[in-house]
Amino acid sequence: MPPKKNMAPVQKPKDVKGIIKRIFSYMYGFKIHFFLVVAGVIFSALAGIAGNALLTPLVNNIEEACTTGTWEKGKFIGILALMGVIYVFGALCTLLFQRMMMKISTTTLMRIRNDLFNKMESLPVKFFDKRTHGELMSLYTNDTDTLREMMSNSIANVISSAITIVGVFALMVAYSWILTIIVIVMLFIIVGVIGAIGSRSGAGFIAQQKAIGKANGYIEELIDGQKVVKVFCHEDAANEEFDKLNNELCEAATKANTFANILMPIMNNLSYLHYAATAIVGGIMAVSGFGGMNIGKLISYLQFTRQFAQPITQVSQQLNAVLTALAGAERIFAVIDEEPEADEGYVTLVSAVRGADGKLAESAEKTGLWAWKHPHKADGSVTYTEVRGHVEFDDVVFGYEPEKIVLNGISLYADAGQKIAFVGSTGAGKTTITNLINRFYDVPDGKIRYDGININKIKKSDLRRSQSIVLQDTHLFTGTVMDNIRYGKLDATDEEVYAAAKLANAHGFITHLENGYNTMLTADGANLSQGQRQLLAIARAAIANPPVLILDEATSSIDTRTEALIEKGMDSLMEGRTVFVIAHRLSTVRNSKAIMVLEKGKIIERGSHDDLIAQKGKYYQLYTGMFELS
Amino acid sequence: MLKKLLSYVGDYKKQAILCPLTILGEVAMEVLIPYVMASIINEGIRKENVKHVALMGVLMVGMALVSLAFGAIAGRFSAVAAVGFAKNLRKALFEKVQGFSFANVDKFSTASLTTRLTTDVSNVQNSFMMFIRTAVRAPMMLIFAFIMALTTNARLSLVFVCAIPVLAIAIAAVMTKAHPRFKKMLSLYDNMNGRVQENLIGIRTVKAFVREDYEKKKFTDSTESVRAAQVNAEKLVIMTMPFMQICMYASTVAILFFGGHLIVGGDMLTGDLTQFITYVTQILMSLMMLSFLFMMFVISRASMQRIHEVLTEEIDIVSPENAVTEVANGSISFKNVSFSYFKDMNNLALDKINLDIKSGETIGIIGGTGSSKTSLVQLIPRLYDTTEGEVLVGDRNVREYDLEALRNQVAMVLQKNVLFSGTIKDNLKWGNAEATDEEIIEACKQACAHDFITSFPDGYEQNLGQGGVNVSGGQKQRLCIARALLKKPKILILDDSTSAVDTATDASIRKAFRENLGDVTTFIIAQRISSVKDADRIVVMDDGKITDVGTHDELLKTSEIYREVYDSQQKGGDADAS
Repeated sequence: MPPKKNMAPVQKPKDVKGIIKRIFSYMYGFKIHFFLVVAGVIFSALAGIAGNALLTPLVNNIEEACTTGTWEKGKFIGILALMGVIYVFGALCTLLFQRMMMKISTTTLMRIRNDLFNKMESLPVKFFDKRTHGELMSLYTNDTDTLREMMSNSIANVISSAITIVGVFALMVAYSWILTIIVIVMLFIIVGVIGAIGSRSGAGFIAQQKAIGKANGYIEELIDGQKVVKVFCHEDAANEEFDKLNNELCEAATKANTFANILMPIMNNLSYLHYAATAIVGGIMAVSGFGGMNIGKLISYLQFTRQFAQPITQVSQQLNAVLTALAGAERIFAVIDEEPEADEGYVTLVSAVRGADGKLAESAEKTGLWAWKHPHKADGSVTYTEVRGHVEFDDVVFGYEPEKIVLNGISLYADAGQKIAFVGSTGAGKTTITNLINRFYDVPDGKIRYDGININKIKKSDLRRSQSIVLQDTHLFTGTVMDNIRYGKLDATDEEVYAAAKLANAHGFITHLENGYNTMLTADGANLSQGQRQLLAIARAAIANPPVLILDEATSSIDTRTEALIEKGMDSLMEGRTVFVIAHRLSTVRNSKAIMVLEKGKIIERGSHDDLIAQKGKYYQLYTGMFELS
Repeated sequence: MLKKLLSYVGDYKKQAILCPLTILGEVAMEVLIPYVMASIINEGIRKENVKHVALMGVLMVGMALVSLAFGAIAGRFSAVAAVGFAKNLRKALFEKVQGFSFANVDKFSTASLTTRLTTDVSNVQNSFMMFIRTAVRAPMMLIFAFIMALTTNARLSLVFVCAIPVLAIAIAAVMTKAHPRFKKMLSLYDNMNGRVQENLIGIRTVKAFVREDYEKKKFTDSTESVRAAQVNAEKLVIMTMPFMQICMYASTVAILFFGGHLIVGGDMLTGDLTQFITYVTQILMSLMMLSFLFMMFVISRASMQRIHEVLTEEIDIVSPENAVTEVANGSISFKNVSFSYFKDMNNLALDKINLDIKSGETIGIIGGTGSSKTSLVQLIPRLYDTTEGEVLVGDRNVREYDLEALRNQVAMVLQKNVLFSGTIKDNLKWGNAEATDEEIIEACKQACAHDFITSFPDGYEQNLGQGGVNVSGGQKQRLCIARALLKKPKILILDDSTSAVDTATDASIRKAFRENLGDVTTFIIAQRISSVKDADRIVVMDDGKITDVGTHDELLKTSEIYREVYDSQQKGGDADAS
């Protein structure tokens, strides 16, 4: 059980009914279970009430025995036996409904988590640009936790409380309507108290949540930058600032918790007041025999007053938990409802064989030859185009936000097997171009063609499968070194992995690791240097063996000497492939077929290294600036 | 561990002690009230004595009000004490972490430190609140109620003597069995969330390799194992509630049975029966409460442990007594310096380094990844201590200086650098809180940051998000350099600080340095030969050793490694020439 978050603010979900309905929709296959839960809760609650109600005949039986001197012992034993049976039945019902509820809640939560994660995997990159990791993480931690809490506690609790309140109230009315007037008066007081304290504690919790957000944000930021703090001797200033936030948090939290803590004793003791009032009035009634009151009834009735208050307190306490959970569920569902990455692509990647006539045909076996299978809706025919890695941009205009253009009229042309380099300062749009080639972002139809096919017609997954990318920030996954390289080709043999690692010049350092290829990498490969991680990423891309390769600053953290060492490997990796290279370091791009110099989303110069040097333009300046320092 | 943590209750000790005391009052009232109730029935109703009923009724109201007051005050005390405790803990942790050396931070990792200061502290706060409210309440309730039952009717109390051990043993059995299962579930749960985190960070990699289905499968397996572990653990815990009901109901029936006989036999009064039934609930509920308390303790134990680890971590670098507060000049010398991150002489990052640098010199450092360039310069502002040998700054061992005095004179631009939320100016003022606008602009001009800063809508007042997300990598590096320049240090260290800056800008930054920082000892660690080429001396490092020192021209002749690096970057130039 994850630790409870008492800190949850009182958040109001917008569409309570819709969300509850939605949560129920995840309980499919549990109709019988749920029915048993409701039945179990009802019977368990009723058993409690019935047991108390039996006190009346029991006490009257004893009283009679005292006054008349003859004891109907058979009746006494009978009542007790009945009581015992009811109680055992009640306990069994409790066990049953808790068992069922546990089954439902754990499975429902699993389904919601799976749905959330599956949706997340299918969302476009754009979605992640707009949200922080923390924000999305809390869907999996805080929000599902409160939901779990609600399902395993609140649902049964609320049903049981409602049954108890209604049942006890009905019996109270039946026993004595006069005493019930006291109940109604008490009810008004209770609701008033809950309302007053509840709203105050609600406001308190909201204030607390704000303060906690501020303090935790500061903690996160400062700890993340701890080394900078040290270097600038900023410790005292940081402590001072934190003290302020910490004190604010303390104040808000004290207020919120005080109200929450006071509620329970108030409710508890209100029920004693109720008890006392009932005892006085009921006592007078019993003595005078008014309203058919007798001692047995009064004793039962007094037990009822105790039984009546408790569920009201519980419901009031659960209410905040339920609202918080529903608000969390609303956030989860909002993500589940996000539009997945749009993909109308219908051109797919298939293994092909070349027939005697030179035409391609689909092959069930892996031939190493890949083709685009292109069905034509108009006449129902299918054409096959060899996957070669020919890329063409035609006047592409693009912006991540409609009003902020990043690429402004980019036209370019990469023949299969060519190495194309992008050079330019940060923010010039180099990475954006590669983001369009693998359709992390989409451009209007026909602007980008891949092997002559409109890129938007190619199924995204197949398009990406035909490309490998090595990013500037390398992300490795928890698992062994072997697993991480194999990520590029899940069915790769160990030999293939070794070959890929050797190609990327990673074999050497891997064999020096404690467990070689079986060394476990912790989250994001923190136990490797940035350079080593890049080498692994290159090996991972190499093993996938795609026709198109995108290297986005892939060697930025590898020193030039090591880079020279892996150059051979890189060269053989790039051979026969269309390669897009982004690099700051001009030595990396020198031998490209064509170099595009980008500035502010435009290609300002293009040509081979020699052409560009001869042009004596921006590239020349950059290039010479490297060796001739003014 | 508990003792150490509890010492942080500090000023809130008063409330922390008063809370259980006031709860004692509340408990006393709660246990006495059923006695009064019994009296109402026995002496009042049964004897048709309305006056007694009214009297006792009023007494009961009075007691309820007293109990309410006690309860409310206890609620207040517990809130103040627990929240205050959390505040003190957070403060202590934060200050401790501020005092941490690099080695201490490395040991914990930043993510884990953040969790310790946030989630763990609130776990402990909640447990502590529950603890001071129930640790006294539950056992006292149990004892008081039992004593009351005993005095009311000793024979009938035998029912409790049977019921209490049965329930206690059952709860204990469930808890001991459930504990390892919960632990297992929690660790699976952590793994599952780790998986999510990884996917969030690496979403582009996942998508680029079309591994969505692969990840989905892995995650689904993970959620399924969490579910199974959860069922496995919870199915034990949910046994406690029905079992408690059985115990309670069995006791009730037993009390009614024996009580009935006693009453008919004239040894007991009817009112006592209700009193006893109330005690059944009170006594058995206290037992349940104790078990909850135990669970809470188990769950928060891990949090306490983690907090304790931070608080007791020994800070390995502190200012010495009678520290030197003045750094005479920017001269540096490494005398036979060996250094290991693990204090292990067999696993050295730096091996017997000897190097003397004159004040005002510009030193370039070149070397492959993992050649310990960063390790070397980090010893100068004493971010780490040497394992052997000594580092002198201004002709004194760095260990003799007051840390703040030393670090104020050594400005270091880190490889992994961070900007903080706030405006650009706020960030720059980290270098010097009293810097005037002119000084700030001057520093930014030298770092080639002025132009892009003024191109922002709010210029120097432009707000940066957490982590400085609104600026590009190269811009961030330049801001970090400007921030360091504002310190007006005697020694300036740039650790690969212009890697994302284009070569032309890089060159003009260095030009500005040469013109303005003549007397500042400057270190430039770089990958590009061009960045270090015009340094007074260049240090070539390989595998933790200095292989060569010299000027660019000298090294081209003497250093094989240097020449290799140069050639690897020079090819273009050759091609140009040919």
